[in-house]
Amino acid sequence: MSRFKQKGSKELPPISTSSLPDIIFMLLFFFMVTTTMKQADVFVKVRPTSATEVVKLEKKSLVSYIHVGPPLQAKYGTNSRIQLNDRFATIEEIQEFITKEREARNENERKQLSTSLKVDKETKMGIVTDIKQELRQVGAYRVSYSSTEVKKMDL
Amino acid sequence: MARNTPQVNAGSMADIAFLMLIFFLVTTTMEVDTGIMRQLSPPPLKDQEPPKFKDRNIMKILVNSSDRLLINNKIGDIKTLRDDVFDFMSIHHNDATYPEVSPKSIDIIGDVYVSRGLISLKNDRGTSYEMYIKVQNEIAAAFTELKNQVAMKHFGKNYDKLLFEEQKDAVSEAVPMRFSEAEPEDIGGK
Repeated sequence: MSRFKQKGSKELPPISTSSLPDIIFMLLFFFMVTTTMKQADVFVKVRPTSATEVVKLEKKSLVSYIHVGPPLQAKYGTNSRIQLNDRFATIEEIQEFITKEREARNENERKQLSTSLKVDKETKMGIVTDIKQELRQVGAYRVSYSSTEVKKMDL
Repeated sequence: MARNTPQVNAGSMADIAFLMLIFFLVTTTMEVDTGIMRQLSPPPLKDQEPPKFKDRNIMKILVNSSDRLLINNKIGDIKTLRDDVFDFMSIHHNDATYPEVSPKSIDIIGDVYVSRGLISLKNDRGTSYEMYIKVQNEIAAAFTELKNQVAMKHFGKNYDKLLFEEQKDAVSEAVPMRFSEAEPEDIGGK
C-alpha cells in the first residue's frame, strides 16, 4: 500500500515556451544596439588598401562616404568612377554633396563631420587628387583614407 | 463575480520577434571602418606666397607615375622610407645635413629639442592609390616611432599606452606632425 499516490499520468509535461519570445527579443535588442544600418549599395569595385597606422572611425553618423573604383557592371566602363550615395557622380557634384551632408546635421555636429574615401587600390591618384581639391574648396578638411588594418605591411 | 478576460495566445510572439530579428540581421552591418586619418590644409589664397623653408629642413618625397620614389633628388625605396623619415626627423645637434633643432620648454616633460624638419609629399596623377597609401602609412609609422621614443624616455611607455591626455599632448608637442602635401601639378602622363 503506497502512501504517496502518483497523480496524473507518467508522461513528461510539455516544455514551457513562454520565455522564448523574451530570449528572441534579447537577441533582437543586442543586434539593434551593436550594428548600424547598411549604407547605400555600392556599384563600384573597391579592393581595400591595407595599412598599419589606422584609426577607427568613431561616430558613423558623422561620416560621409565617397566610393571610387571601376564600375561592377561593364556597361559603365572600366575606368574608376565616383559614387556618391547611390549613383555615379562627377567631380563637380562633390561640393554639392558635402554641403547637403552638412545641412542634414545639426549645428554642433557639423564641425565633427569627416569624409571617408573608399578607393580601389588600383585607381590612379589623379581622380583622388581632384576629389581632395574639391574637399578643400568646400572646407571638408577631415579625411580618412579607408584601409584595413594589418600588423605588417607588404612592401 | 468579475468576469475573467480570456488569455491572449502568446504563442506567435516568438515568431514575430524572430521576424524582426531577421530583418535587423539583413539590413545592418557590423563591420568597423578603419582608415588613415589626415587633415587637409585650407586652399591657398590667390596672391599667397608659398612659405619658404631652408633646404636642410625639408625632405621632399616625390612619387612618379610608375610608383618610384625620389627623396631629396636621390632615388629612394619604399622599404627604407620609414627609417629615412625617422632618421631625418630625429634630433641631431650641430649637423648641417640634418634639420635645425630649436629648444622648447613643454609642461610635464621640461626642456627638449624639437626638430624643425618638414616632410613634403608630392605625387603624380598617374601614381597608384595603393602606393600613395603605402607612402602615407610609412610616414605616419615613422612619426609614431618618434613619439614612442619620446614617450618611452619620459614616461616609460609607448605613446598609445599613455593614460593621461596631458602626457599625450606633451609628446605630440615635442614631436609635431610636420607633414605637408604639395599643391598638385600636372606632370607626366595620365
